[in-house]
Amino acid sequence: MTDNISRSYLGAPHGVAAWLLTKDHKRIAMLYLISITIFFALGGIFAAGIRLELLTPKGDLWTPDMYNKLFTLHGVIMIFFFLIPSIPATLGNFLLPIMVGAKDLAFPRINLLSWYIYVAGALTTLAAVFNGGLDTGWTFYTPYSSIASETAVTTAAIGVFITGFSSILTGLNFIVTVHRMRAPGMTWFRLPLFVWAQYATSLVMILGTPVIAITVLLVGAERAFHFGFFDPRLGGDPVLFQHLFWFYSHPAVYIMILPGMGVMSELVAAVSRKQVFGYGFVAFSSLAIAILGFLVWGHHLFVSSQSIYAGLVFSIITMLVAVPSAVKTFNWAATMYKGSIMWTATTFWVLGFMGLFTIGGLTGLFLASMGLDIHLTDTYFVVAHFHYIMVGGAIMAYMGGLHFWWPKMTGKMYNEPGAIASAILVFVGFNLTFFPQFILGYMGMPRRYHAYPEEWQVLNVASTLGASVLFLGYLLPAFYLTWSLVKGKEAPANPWGAKGLEWTVPSPPPTFNFDEDPVVDEPAYNYKPTREVHVG
Amino acid sequence: MSSSPFPLFPPNASSVATEMDLLYLFIAAVSAFFVVLVAALVFVFAVKYRRRHPDEVGADIHGSLALELTWTVIPFILAMVMFVWGADLFFRLSRPPADAMEVFVVGKQWMWKVQHPEGKREINELHVPVGRPVRITLGSEDVIHDYSIPAMRVKMDAVPGKLTTLWFEPTVAGTYHLFCAEYCGTKHSGMIGQVIAMAPQEYEAWLSDAGTGAGGVSAAANGEKLFSEYACVTCHKGDGSGRGPILNGVFGSQVKLADGRTVTADENYIRESVMTPTAKVVAGFQPIMPPFQGTISEENLIQIIAYIKTLKASAPAAAEKK
Amino acid sequence: MAHSQAASIGAHSATSHGAGGDEHAQNPNLQHHFYSMAQQLEASTLGMWVFLVTEIMFFGGMFMAYILYRHLYPAAWQLGSHHLNVSLGATNTIVLICSSLTMALAVRSAQVSSRKGQIWFLILTIVFGSAFLVVKYFEYAEKFEHHLVPGPTFNMPTEEYPNGIIAPDQEANHQQLFFSLYFMLTGVHAAHMVVGIVLMLVILAMAIRGRFSASYYTPVEISGLYWHFVDIVWIFLFPLLYLLGAHLGAHGG
Repeated sequence: MTDNISRSYLGAPHGVAAWLLTKDHKRIAMLYLISITIFFALGGIFAAGIRLELLTPKGDLWTPDMYNKLFTLHGVIMIFFFLIPSIPATLGNFLLPIMVGAKDLAFPRINLLSWYIYVAGALTTLAAVFNGGLDTGWTFYTPYSSIASETAVTTAAIGVFITGFSSILTGLNFIVTVHRMRAPGMTWFRLPLFVWAQYATSLVMILGTPVIAITVLLVGAERAFHFGFFDPRLGGDPVLFQHLFWFYSHPAVYIMILPGMGVMSELVAAVSRKQVFGYGFVAFSSLAIAILGFLVWGHHLFVSSQSIYAGLVFSIITMLVAVPSAVKTFNWAATMYKGSIMWTATTFWVLGFMGLFTIGGLTGLFLASMGLDIHLTDTYFVVAHFHYIMVGGAIMAYMGGLHFWWPKMTGKMYNEPGAIASAILVFVGFNLTFFPQFILGYMGMPRRYHAYPEEWQVLNVASTLGASVLFLGYLLPAFYLTWSLVKGKEAPANPWGAKGLEWTVPSPPPTFNFDEDPVVDEPAYNYKPTREVHVG
Repeated sequence: MSSSPFPLFPPNASSVATEMDLLYLFIAAVSAFFVVLVAALVFVFAVKYRRRHPDEVGADIHGSLALELTWTVIPFILAMVMFVWGADLFFRLSRPPADAMEVFVVGKQWMWKVQHPEGKREINELHVPVGRPVRITLGSEDVIHDYSIPAMRVKMDAVPGKLTTLWFEPTVAGTYHLFCAEYCGTKHSGMIGQVIAMAPQEYEAWLSDAGTGAGGVSAAANGEKLFSEYACVTCHKGDGSGRGPILNGVFGSQVKLADGRTVTADENYIRESVMTPTAKVVAGFQPIMPPFQGTISEENLIQIIAYIKTLKASAPAAAEKK
Repeated sequence: MAHSQAASIGAHSATSHGAGGDEHAQNPNLQHHFYSMAQQLEASTLGMWVFLVTEIMFFGGMFMAYILYRHLYPAAWQLGSHHLNVSLGATNTIVLICSSLTMALAVRSAQVSSRKGQIWFLILTIVFGSAFLVVKYFEYAEKFEHHLVPGPTFNMPTEEYPNGIIAPDQEANHQQLFFSLYFMLTGVHAAHMVVGIVLMLVILAMAIRGRFSASYYTPVEISGLYWHFVDIVWIFLFPLLYLLGAHLGAHGG
């Protein structure tokens, strides 16, 4: 291996045990990276199964039960085993300590434990997949999940329960690290915005995840012991489940997007070599989204028999939570004004995010407007909305971040044209897959249908065609990123000429991050024309 | 719009469809404006301010309170317009007009059972007259379903253990899609059907035509039969001499309970009083009514409710057979 | 925060990570990524408090279910509560409060470097905690005997109660909801007690080996926090579950 690698956290100590028993946050980030990539591929295979079935109006590829399992597992795997851990457990784990100037997270062993818990939860859920499957939808609505479904609901519930603790421990670790381990001079308002975003995400993780944990436990108890929390025959209210479930699962979507927004702040600043416009506003908007995000869950229950007055409160607060996201978007755009924009693959991911996230966020307004939601809820409009944010937003940000920090994490440069091609393929494929679904949704096509009226076939075929392009876009990085590990050029400490503590240490960093304990004496993104910026 | 080769809207077939579509277009227009704005700005900046030499940095600009306020306040105001309009529409769709005609629908895996009060029953179809609001009382036998009619722009969950309501007024005769829109198991995609809106005279003709679909017996008449079959009449006598409260005029009234609460006797109250009577005992009466949870099906329960609704305060307890 | 960190700039900015500052050499309990024992204690304590917040949210879901159903079925809640054994519940409450006292004394002993105090108070805490679980066992057994465990056997007829222990006019189905919550709440609480006792055994083992003193007692302190939390949850559970039906007579009237 090359010199820069052998001297880094990747080089020593050697051996499988040194990786599986590591306390180094950077190695743990790599363990997570490998795990979540495997699950992304698995979730993608299930997505392929869905889109192939939807090529034709009739349900002729899979049995109805098989299709129901495919969309359920696509959701469960993508959300719990890919999106929720993705940025926090890979980029967050790797970068957070370095960005605050620390040698590691506050609790390195708990960090490793969180990965093992993730693996345990994943294996348990896979056990459910291969022993009966799961067909309740990722939303597990009762009484179907608690009484009617004949699949491995209890096992899957246990799997999700276990995995939740991985999330909780990560969040706990990040909060304590940001509070207690900032280097001298690193005041709160000198922190990179990625750290603010991870901090806000961690608040959501620790407050929300325990609620889904107890909720799936209640469903498991109902199935295993015939307790009756959600059983209407005992006076239980199935809608109580929806409240408990969405109390977590709505904030969960902010767990999925806030880190991406944090990545975006870093990328936009670096790509533009400029201060993030409105730093304070962007920082506080992350907190606002985290807090407001806990107050809107009832917008999933407008037609569930929830009271109109509760609905009004949820609708208005949902409108409010859109505002900080808008503030961020405008601040990022303003950051690019009079910037010095570098055109690399990272830039393409940034531009893609800006467009797709804006669409995704705005389409939330359609659903937040109660009257309109009556028509749109439980249709493909919702499916399109959340994919625009989670794939068009979160995954684009994740890919952008992965590329931007790849040289830092691996010590290698990747193939630029390949990366640009990937970004473009993803952007084009994504839009072709999901834009038709807005139209299908307004036309009334319900979610979770494997057969549909003939007149909707053209749009469904377009969507599947888009999915094929999207698949190619995600396949490419598997090749050129892996290739870079073997044959990539050696990366300098600061290939992009960016500001940030992570760019002051070697690529890849040594095990304890800093050879000399850092002292911070400047704000974040301090791109001054008078200071020399060296590329490399 | 729906007849063009690339339809964007379902058929405009109800009294709220136009407004729903307008609200949609308004939000779409606002969205399109901002998407184009952001995309254009970002793209133009990326090109115009592209890096011209390797050590160049961007301008030293920190922020602008004026801009922050502008792009906070304007989106806020637009969002509030969307909120108010949507809330108003939702309120109207939650309050069926007083003169709406009634229909009872029960969902069960995986079919929709419809009961017209006059007696006609349907499976997976719903015939309605044009120009008259129709109020659907919706129940479920098993899991949560959702009665969705895109052409009418309405849907509502059917939740086991309670009754929900939705209403719409068809404006154009035709046959429209009906879907179950809450995942309910294996044949969720197959729990579909049609809503057939007909000119009023045709509807009347269809109603009284015994040939299509069973039963000329009205729901209330069936309910009266069940009321007697399940021995309700032993305690709930019309002259007040029974051990249970008089039911004449109870529907829609305020009922004082033994524990001090006062509740409105709507469909859900009647339902609960049959299924688990001891949950809400009427003031002055003993908790001796046996529970019928598990004994009476949702369908039969709806017919009993239909019967009780016909019991007027001043008239003796007798249902009208149509 | 910036103050205390700025003050220590001189102390560790010029040193390399391996040797650390003076404190790393002085105290073998100082982990490599912290620069002082004070920072390590503060971080560990904050970490435990954050964890306890997650536990509040965890129990919170069940409390929400409790609140909803008690509001809907107040009579059934009183009747269900009436079936619980108030004496055993009260005994357990006192047992737990005592255990919290001994726990606090164990922490204090560690803070003043009293090895004997730590050991005895930790043992007492474990004894009290185990007593709680033993009483719980008897309570659960009683419920089992009376067919008050939710599921197919709930309210089954017995010789003593040919119609089941819950009379037909006493909302048996809603009481089954009550008992579902009772078992869920106390069961999850008992699971936390078991974890707590295991934790205490580990801390006891470390205390016997003399690991804790005034210069390092963090694990005792944060375990104490956990123990007190589990105690406080019970303080809420006891009145909410056991005391609702206390005013009712022998036949729930």
